[in-house]
Amino acid sequence: MTISYNDFVIRFANVNGSGSASANGMFAKALFRMGIPVATRNIFPSNIQGLPTWFEVRVSDQGYLGRREGVDIMVAMNAETLVEDVASVRPGGYLLYDNSKPLAKTLRRDDISEIGMPISTMLLPEYTDPKQRSLFKNITYLGALAGLLNIEFDVITGMVSTQYKGKDALIEPNIRALEIGRKYAQEYLQAPLPIQVKRSNKVGDKIMVDGNMAAGLGSIYGGATVCAWYPITPSTSMAEAFEQHANRLRIDKDSGQKNFAIVQAEDELAAIGMVIGAGWNGARSFTATSGPGVSLMGEFLGLAYFAEIPAVLWDIQRAGPSTGMPTRTQQSDVLSAAYASHGDTKHPVLFPATPKECFDFAADALDLADRLQTPILVLSDLELGMNDNLSDPFVWDDARQYDRGKVLSAKDLDELEVFGRYLDVDGDGIGYRTYPGTHPDKGAFFTRGTSRDEFAAYTESPDAYQRNMERLILKWNTASELVPKAEINTQSNSVGVMFYGTTAIPMPEALDMLAPEGIALDTCRIRAFPFGKEVQSFIDEHDVIFVVEQNRDAQMRSLIINELDTAPSKLVRVTYYAGLSISAEFIAQHISEYYQANKLPRLTEVQQ
Amino acid sequence: MTFVAKPRTHHPKLPVNEIGLTRRDYEGSVSTLCAGCGHDSVSAAIVQACAELSLPPHRFAKVSGIGCSSKTPSYFLNHSHGLNSVHGRMPSVITGANLANRDLYCIGVSGDGDSASIGLGQFAHIMRRRINMLYIVDNNGTYGLTKGQFSATNDKGSTSKKGVPNLYEPIDMVSMAMQIGASFVARSFSGDKRQLVPLIKAGLRHKGMAFIDVVSPCVAFNNHQGSTKSYEHVRAHTQNVVDADYIASHEEITADYPPGTTEDVAMPDGSTLRLYKTDDSYDPHDRVGALNYVQRRAEEGETVTGLLYVDPDAADCHEVMDTVLRPLNELEEDALCPGNETLAAINESFR
Repeated sequence: MTISYNDFVIRFANVNGSGSASANGMFAKALFRMGIPVATRNIFPSNIQGLPTWFEVRVSDQGYLGRREGVDIMVAMNAETLVEDVASVRPGGYLLYDNSKPLAKTLRRDDISEIGMPISTMLLPEYTDPKQRSLFKNITYLGALAGLLNIEFDVITGMVSTQYKGKDALIEPNIRALEIGRKYAQEYLQAPLPIQVKRSNKVGDKIMVDGNMAAGLGSIYGGATVCAWYPITPSTSMAEAFEQHANRLRIDKDSGQKNFAIVQAEDELAAIGMVIGAGWNGARSFTATSGPGVSLMGEFLGLAYFAEIPAVLWDIQRAGPSTGMPTRTQQSDVLSAAYASHGDTKHPVLFPATPKECFDFAADALDLADRLQTPILVLSDLELGMNDNLSDPFVWDDARQYDRGKVLSAKDLDELEVFGRYLDVDGDGIGYRTYPGTHPDKGAFFTRGTSRDEFAAYTESPDAYQRNMERLILKWNTASELVPKAEINTQSNSVGVMFYGTTAIPMPEALDMLAPEGIALDTCRIRAFPFGKEVQSFIDEHDVIFVVEQNRDAQMRSLIINELDTAPSKLVRVTYYAGLSISAEFIAQHISEYYQANKLPRLTEVQQ
Repeated sequence: MTFVAKPRTHHPKLPVNEIGLTRRDYEGSVSTLCAGCGHDSVSAAIVQACAELSLPPHRFAKVSGIGCSSKTPSYFLNHSHGLNSVHGRMPSVITGANLANRDLYCIGVSGDGDSASIGLGQFAHIMRRRINMLYIVDNNGTYGLTKGQFSATNDKGSTSKKGVPNLYEPIDMVSMAMQIGASFVARSFSGDKRQLVPLIKAGLRHKGMAFIDVVSPCVAFNNHQGSTKSYEHVRAHTQNVVDADYIASHEEITADYPPGTTEDVAMPDGSTLRLYKTDDSYDPHDRVGALNYVQRRAEEGETVTGLLYVDPDAADCHEVMDTVLRPLNELEEDALCPGNETLAAINESFR
């Protein structure tokens, strides 16, 4: 029998609130520490205790980290979902289950291997406390997996020791549970399986972290001093990460006091209001929310757009519409973010695809907000925000200085003959602003969401209104040159593919799947809106472009058509929106089918 | 609303305050509200209070929501920045402004539509958070800009201009403020400058949330017979409990109030808040007693005015959060950015 290494999908089916998360997390981390690329996906219910939850780990030496359909090893620990869990195993796969109760005959499959293990019974004599017994069930199957898959045992035991550092009483029983599991696997099961892991060097210096943690840290490095937020899945952990790390990294050495303020607001409206008030008064500030929050913040975002106040808003997207599937992922806030609020309003939007990019964009967004004096929206999603992703390590250039934008000091004001808050002195559509309290009698102005002239005085003059609206478009054009450029890879193919955010994760694998069919695509990963010139060029240079995204209505495609006047027929939609993350198989299949149906020329044919 | 600048010249003999400024230096542009609007009296009282306290007129952040009341920050303190935000959301915006720079004097002006209806949630929560600010509600019981609909502070049975009675219970903002956490709560009347100016002065000096509900009649839509927020009705039905005066630490303590019980409250900055009580039994430090008193009198159709409750020792939001004394908007890279070496250690924790 051939043995495959470092290439499988394992799924843990648990009941949420049962303490499985820590054991499952350790499994993924152990493989990561063995140098094997892994991607984790937590598929959890909108509930605290008692409902089914799944944790999936994709293990891939090739570095394919997108979700893959089908499961190779199912660790079935939830009786309630056993039927669907057994069904999801690929032919030739394995089912690890607790055979303290025998598997129902109807569930038996000829094409998979059952690995029964009497976990509950085994632990009866070992742990008298039923709560402990239930917790150590998870550690016991982790131990068994170590035996079955050949995971380096000291990597796992080392992890237990670091995890429970300071709570030494927990180390021994945990390691005992691991050993019970491993011993059982080695003595009674056919361990190791033909699916195995072995130490690799594919991880390099990468880190394993979730996007929300990265974004929280990036906000600290980027100089945010005010965070106002309202709890909403899947964004909550970003504000919590900011607070957790700021409590350590942002303490004034002399006084022990905080160099930041964080407020859990009464709702999303108040959260964005505080961010805008702080931004108006010169503090870098941000909020983290999700789609429903963006809807609620709409009116305020219009104020900040029109009154030109810096603000940063992170939208960790989840599946809509309405409450939708609050614990599932989607990219369905593209349009509602780009055009949030009434009237002719639009906002720069950034689309990070990796934790490293979450970190970088968090700081960049604060600079851009100050430079452009407008809200910057950053669209992450649950897939990126809440799952541990392999990422390049974070880097900060110590020589970097914050770009506070055009802010006049008291000295500047003294030297200035004329100050007009909304005067376009430099021809880039951006005026100069002052912070409140700067100068005894110069530079004060009244900020309002109503129309005003260049000197911030209220006016209903049609000319002044239109001049202002046109200047805002000029500023918008300036923004298109300042936001992160699209990442483009062209090999002179006539067909291209555009994507953004987490849709980038399965893309390399999808392209590799298409290559044997003679399908070669140039790629354009959009990283920001407004679109830069490079996006327009990419569109101009290709005959057909697939736009791959995770929403029903092909929102990015609409945005491109609307903003760049692209012929709709040129942009082919590939949309997945069922709430799990998009897979390479899905992308490859849809592109391949389009080639088939439309008889697009393939590389092999062209070469012939 | 149009923007009308006032001429810069003023009478050469206009008195100057301790920092060499005249009252004109604290004014704003010409009001565009209706002649006789109570709100203009409130703006004038703010101008007088700030000038008398000799506060630097550019060191204020003026924030408002939407409505007639919310236009008024244009009409005082022209040397300060103002922000006319969105309807009912002044509290969150001024919270952000205060978090960014704790050294500025924050004045929030709102109305009864702004604070008691659309913004009731934000009103409640800023009281809880005790942002260091002066929060004034110009309370006229009506929606003026949209032409005379009842607001949520309008008394049950009070009639509209057309004689239709209000059918619903009123929201009493001072009771809410006291109950939820404001550490300085007062009510006054726009027509009673002698009471209002000292309250504004004391409110500006108070550290923490100072809330003043100012009954401010709307001459266009709510000043008729049958309205309980008309000049006539308010004058006939107010009951003053505690007048306040603010005395700076270096000022001589003098009183021009009629004899009654006097109590001096030491303020954290060394100054004195002098209280003149017209009713010996009223204790402005007893929150529950004050709540009880205000509501009992309301049952009898009386509007209790004056300084209703004060706790000069309560912590403000910055103290609760333990933020640095230096304004957050002045912090630079050295205080904000932990640097790449620290980041390398953070990376290591994710391996």
